[in-house]
Order: sequence, then structure tokens, then C-alpha cells
Amino acid sequence: MSLAVHKVLGTETEFGIGVRGRPGYNPVTAAGLVVAAYAGASRVRWSYDEETPGRDARGFGPSAGDFDTGMLNTVLTNGARFYVDHAHPEYSTPECYDPLEGALYDKVGELVLARAAAAAQSALGPGEQLRIHKNNSDGKGNSYGAHENYLMARAVPFGDIVAHLTAFLVTRQVFAGAGKVGSENGRPTVPYQLSQRADFFEEEVGLETTVKRPIVNTRDEPHADPGTYRRLHVITGDANMSEKQIFLKLGSAALVLAALEAGALGPPLLLEDPVGAMWRVSHDASLHRTVRRAGGKSITALEVQAEYLARVTAYLAATGGSPVERQVRNLWETTLAALERDPSSTAGYLDWAAKLQLLEGYRERDQLPWSHPKLRLLDLQYHDVAPERSLHHRLVAAGRMERLFTDAALDKAAAEPPDRTRAFFRGTCLARFAESVAAANWDSLVFDLGEDALRRVPMMDPLRGGRERVADLIDRCASAADLVRALGGVDGRTGTEATPPERAL
Amino acid sequence: MAGQERKQPRRSAPSEEAPQEVDASRAVGGELAERIDDLLEEIDAVLEENAEEFVRNYVQKGGQ
Repeated sequence: MSLAVHKVLGTETEFGIGVRGRPGYNPVTAAGLVVAAYAGASRVRWSYDEETPGRDARGFGPSAGDFDTGMLNTVLTNGARFYVDHAHPEYSTPECYDPLEGALYDKVGELVLARAAAAAQSALGPGEQLRIHKNNSDGKGNSYGAHENYLMARAVPFGDIVAHLTAFLVTRQVFAGAGKVGSENGRPTVPYQLSQRADFFEEEVGLETTVKRPIVNTRDEPHADPGTYRRLHVITGDANMSEKQIFLKLGSAALVLAALEAGALGPPLLLEDPVGAMWRVSHDASLHRTVRRAGGKSITALEVQAEYLARVTAYLAATGGSPVERQVRNLWETTLAALERDPSSTAGYLDWAAKLQLLEGYRERDQLPWSHPKLRLLDLQYHDVAPERSLHHRLVAAGRMERLFTDAALDKAAAEPPDRTRAFFRGTCLARFAESVAAANWDSLVFDLGEDALRRVPMMDPLRGGRERVADLIDRCASAADLVRALGGVDGRTGTEATPPERAL
Repeated sequence: MAGQERKQPRRSAPSEEAPQEVDASRAVGGELAERIDDLLEEIDAVLEENAEEFVRNYVQKGGQ
């Protein structure tokens, strides 16, 4: 068994946005207002080769030309990226060391959006109120993503990833779904389903993310040394509100990928029709429905997941695993058993089960048919990022849903980066030397030291540049110029490339 | 699944057909029903006004 690359991970969430009292308000403008208003955003722009996220080739009305485009694409002191993408505000977590940290920084995204929306409110007219939802569909056939990224060894053949990952992604909806009233995209009518996103997958493998979405996405943009690493971009997931569910979603995927990379997953479990299975699994909240394995044998989604769990359990038994990995495995096992016994018993931490219980409560009390708009509103408002409106927050406050993190932990993570990845270097430099940082990207920081040439500090290894390696160095430096000099002899006019922080010590 | 013990019998036989009714029979009942009634009243107070209009106007541009 070979060793797996440590699973550095992160998420990217596109939020739904609208202005109550002003239907048709340009969403690019609204998203721009929100991003520009965030007090925690530095004025440092993301990427030196500036993109124009306000521009939309499809011609969605006026562009966000009123804004300095740098302000629509910002980097935060916690190492995250906060920007406008495809007419949505988007928050990408910093690179996180493990799924617990990933869940924390994912939740911080809601906090950032809620604070930014509150700040942007003053730019709107009387009677106009921003609404931001951490969901993935408007119920009318338009979907937007909640993507996950996992660091993988480049050496793993992509075909192996496709073979092993497809059935996992198709069936994990039983514990990863956020729940949705109705169906979309031409799928059969259903009162309620497990996933926000499942209706929108039309291909098994591909590069697209906005049309003909594939179950396994082939985007190959490692933001790291391409000879060593791959960044696996998972686009099938829902944006989750439940902290514990985000932890389970990220953790189980990271475990499957680690076992795969170590060559410990055994023969791939193949489905006959993964695209059909995607919505069929989602459309059955009773979890009874079977799908076909290649070869024709019927199997339920829970049985497929039990098979992955068994293989990952064997992998962990052989390698030991970290405490967080064992915590994920145990939660995964408990969850599958609970779903098998009685799906509603997971309403304390699975969004789809919690939402369904709420909807059933309203249906019973008010005698509502599934087609009633109030049920669609409940579905939507479950995902509102404003704590005072979010129905998820109501369930938490009522003691009906669990949390993993305190408000204090979220506050801290909104300002400070993770300790054990290069996000520490990025976030800390932003906090200390923002006025000297010309641009930031996942794999570099560009400093403007007032000289002719800009100084670029590459960060090609996501696992390097953490607190342990660079905190003292940054502390010792009084200025960005000191830091760049300390990083490795970029002195004078010789070039723009500094030594990466991980090699400077 | 081999080696997986079932804690209780399945609720009904698995099949490729999805049930027509959403199975949440255990979601509401007895004491839980009372507590959920309190919760629903709390939620009534924060729900957006005019559900039909709000839902109709909720249109997003497609994204990734």
C-alpha cells in the first residue's frame, strides 16, 4: 500500500442573491455591492492578471462597471477569496488541513456573506432588502454550485478516480443532500428530494460546470506544482447548512480519495447508468429505491455507501489514520445505520432530513399540498445566511440541530487563516503588509515594494507556508521589503522571483 | 451488504420504483408534534411575507 498525499481541501460556494422589493435587480450589481461592502476584505486584488468578473458574455443587462474590478475580486485575511462570479457572490475557503477545518471555514462563508449584505444594505433604496441564500437552485431550473477541492497525487491515473468516485458521489446524497421541494431540468415530478443539485447532472465525465454538468469534473488546474499534484474538483455537492453534515461530506470524500490513492479501495464499484442513478437516488427520500450495478444486480444507495465504508474501514485499520479520520469514519458508520433504521432520526444534523421534518410539520398543521408556495418558501428560507431569518438557525436555536463550532470559533476563523497550510502565509501577509501586496493568488503573492519590478513569491506546495515554518519569520520583519529580502536574496534589479517561503528557512 | 447487520427489518422491500408518498411518518407524532407546533409558531413569525410572491420572484442566473 502506498502512502496517500495529505488531503488538503477547500470549498467554493456561489450564493443565491436577490433584492426583496425590487425583483429584477441586476444580480451582478447586487453581488458587486455585497463584495465591495465587506469590511474584512482587503483592497488587495486576487490575481495579477485581472479578470473581469462583472462582464458576462451572455449579456445580462448592465455590467458592474461602476465598481473598481479589483474590489469585485478580493482576498481576505483568513486566506479566503471573496468575489463575484457568474452573477453570484462567491466565497472560496482558504486551503484547509482537514475536514473539520474545512467545515469551519465553509461556515465562515455564511458569516462573511451575512456581514457583507448587512453592510451593503445602505446602498439600496427604501423598501429594498438584500436576500442571500446558501443554496444551489432557484426551483426554476437555474443552478449554481457548491464545489469541493481535494489535493491528490498526480500519479493516480484519472481513469481510476472516475471509476472509483462515480458511484460514491451518486450515492452519498443520502447523507450529503440539502433537500429540495420538487424537481427541475426535465426530471420526473417528485414532491421532495434529497439533493438540490442532482437534477442537473447530465454527463458522467467532462470539463463543463455550467451546462451539461458531469458527475466527475475534469478541470485540471492544480494551483500547485503540476508535476506532483492534482486538485480534484468535485461539483456534484449541495451547499450545506449543517456544520456536522459539511464535516461528514468533506471527510468521507477525503477518506475515499486517500484510500484510492493508496491503492486500497479494491475493484471499482460500477453503476450501469450513473447519470440516471443520480436523480433516481435523490428522488427517493425513503431510501428504498435500488439502482443497477454494472452487470445488472440491484443495489440501494445505502448498500453502496456501506461498501465504501467497509473498504475505507479496512484502509484505516491498516494505516491507523488520524483522530479526525477516525472521527469521520465513526460518524459515517453511525449515519448509515441511522438512515437504514429510520431516516428521520438524522434530522438533528442532515439538512435534507431536517428540512423534510419541517415541511411535514407545516403540511400537517396547515393541511398544505406539496405544490403550495409556502413549502417552497420554507425550502428557500432554510438557507438564508442572515441568522435572524435562516430556518436552519431557528432549528439550531430550538435545540433541534447540532453544531460543531462556537460563534467565537467562527469569528476567529473569519479573520485568521488556517495554521497548517500556505493559507497561513497568504492571510498573515495580508494582515501585516496589505499595502505592499499587489495581488494574491492560490499559488503566489505579488509584492509591490515601490521598485520598478514587482516581487512574486511562489507558493507551489499547499502544505508549506504554515504557522510553524513562517510565523517567526513574518514576525521578525518590520516591512514587506524585509520579508521579501529574508525570503531569499531578491536584491536589486535581478529578477522578480523570490524564494518560496517553504524553502527560505 | 455482506457483513452488514440490519438493526431492524427494512421498512419495505427495495425496488427500482420510488414510492409515491414521501415517507416521513415518524417525523410528527405525540410529544414531538406538540414541540414542533411551538417551533412552527416561532417560524411563522420570521417567514417572509407573501410566500407566493417571494417564491415567484426568486429567479437566479445559472452558475457553475
